[in-house]
Amino acid sequence: MFFLKLIIRNAFRHKLRSFLTVLGVAIAILAFGLLRTLVGLWYLGVEQSSASRLVTRNAISLVFTLPISYKDRIRQVPGVKSVSWGNWFGGIYIDEKNFFPNFAVEPRSYLDLYPEFVLAPMERDAFIHDRRGAVAGRKLAAKYGWKVGDLLTLRGTIFPGQWEFVLRGIYRGAQKSTDETQFFFNWEYLNETLKRTVPRRADQAGFYMIGVTNPELAAEVSQAVDSTFRNSLAETLTETEKAFQLSFVSMTEAIMIAIKIVSYVVIVIIMVVAANTMAMTARERIAEYATLKTLGFGARHIAGIVFGESIVIAMTGGVVGVILTFPAAHWIETELSQFFPVFGVSPLTIYLDMLAALIVGVVASVFPTWRGATIRIADGLRRIG
Amino acid sequence: MANDKSPIVEITNLSKSYRRGSQVIPVLQDISFDIAAGEFLALMGPSGSGKSTLLNLIAGIDKADTGTIRVGGIDITTLSETELAEWRGANVGFIFQFYNLMPVLTAYENVELPLLLTSLSRKERREHVEMVLDVVGLSDRMDHNPSQLSGGQQQRVAIARAIVTDSAILVADEPTGDLDRVSAEDILSLMDRLVHEFGKTIIMVTHDPRAAEKAHIIRHLEKGVLTA
Repeated sequence: MFFLKLIIRNAFRHKLRSFLTVLGVAIAILAFGLLRTLVGLWYLGVEQSSASRLVTRNAISLVFTLPISYKDRIRQVPGVKSVSWGNWFGGIYIDEKNFFPNFAVEPRSYLDLYPEFVLAPMERDAFIHDRRGAVAGRKLAAKYGWKVGDLLTLRGTIFPGQWEFVLRGIYRGAQKSTDETQFFFNWEYLNETLKRTVPRRADQAGFYMIGVTNPELAAEVSQAVDSTFRNSLAETLTETEKAFQLSFVSMTEAIMIAIKIVSYVVIVIIMVVAANTMAMTARERIAEYATLKTLGFGARHIAGIVFGESIVIAMTGGVVGVILTFPAAHWIETELSQFFPVFGVSPLTIYLDMLAALIVGVVASVFPTWRGATIRIADGLRRIG
Repeated sequence: MANDKSPIVEITNLSKSYRRGSQVIPVLQDISFDIAAGEFLALMGPSGSGKSTLLNLIAGIDKADTGTIRVGGIDITTLSETELAEWRGANVGFIFQFYNLMPVLTAYENVELPLLLTSLSRKERREHVEMVLDVVGLSDRMDHNPSQLSGGQQQRVAIARAIVTDSAILVADEPTGDLDRVSAEDILSLMDRLVHEFGKTIIMVTHDPRAAEKAHIIRHLEKGVLTA
């Protein structure tokens, strides 16, 4: 207890220096935690993918569409339980900076395929039966203050024009990690408008979502669907939803690797800063260590004091960093929801944060501990005054 | 005036040199003398004469090149580093010029430090600490940090720390070097009292002739050789 008291008092002896070092460690741990969370969330879409959902798109590119007539033929493929379809709409709400994912979907079948989008039964019915109906996620609605019944306008980009919708429902995610920032409207509204304005673009689906009877049949069903449309004008590429999500993620793999590297570099930087602080501190206290040795304390006592001080500072910074991570993540989730609809900090990230802080403390203490423990008493006492 | 008691420190043919690069600088050359128990010895000499080195060797915080040092019958030149540390804790009390108190500990806690290496209980440690703080006249300051004490008071705390383990010898390296005349006189009186009332053996390095006057014996070192 005496040595613990000595360690803690020593750790905060120079209040400004200790505060700045703790703050530096805290910010580094905060950055490390947020970057790790970002990397984890990048793959969240992949992890959240259902094993019993397949995505069918044009084999050439997602940019190209598929005839709506494919839906009936897809339904005939053994192992297919349900089929839905949709188009990425890419509309703009007021300003380009107000980005959120928006899709035209076949409402009934789409909601059946996505039970994680939870809607009140009345709202679900209203959405299905209203051609101009739309549904928004809870976070999206909260961000813009939308209420059920509101009239909303999106400016089309892929499909030019001003598109008006009536918000018929606000869905909530079945899990905390479900994206609540999406916007769906009735595919029939899009199709009927296109028939009047640009007929050649009508009756085209951007993608099909397929529910399989058994997840183990995913590969077999995928092949069967693609075989059905082989050698047609619009060949298909069918894959699991997980593989589909991964294909997006893999495009940004290099960025994720860079972010991971940056997160480690942040820790290395603070390690160096903390090591410098500890080295300065140890240099200033050489005479005290020598005095303790004259009193009979051995190298292990001195080592314990120096090491302990480094750990106290690093772990204090780690705890502060972890505490700050939560409001920071909440802020990101609230203010940057168009980029990060979900930004939850996982327990694993917290453990890694504390481990990183511990490693910083250990590494920063190596040289000062060795110096303090091995100082010759006569040399150390010579530095007095 | 020297005591007629048997020697507590016996130094025989002691030599010590330091290496600076390729140069070997002799600091002590073939020193031999004894210090009787209960004696108050002052070591004087010009800077660089080897006084502090000799003090460090006697206190076991440095190792001689050749020769022997027997303290209380134990040849400390044969002890390992660990044995020496243990021996120091039990047998030597240190009084430094600049007090060398731990700034983050109170006077009480500073004095208690050497006792942490013993098997004394907390209660027993408290008794020892309070007793020695009373001897040095600082019972009312035991909860003060060194920064809240004057130079003289800090040195008295250091003396209390030096005597709390009832060590055989006290070594003092310029104990009044950082003090004003009044405080210095206080400290020297205290040291005198330790010798006469408590039978301590004190070896003091000093430049101050007034401090040396308090000693029973004055020995002079010059260029590593005892001249008187």
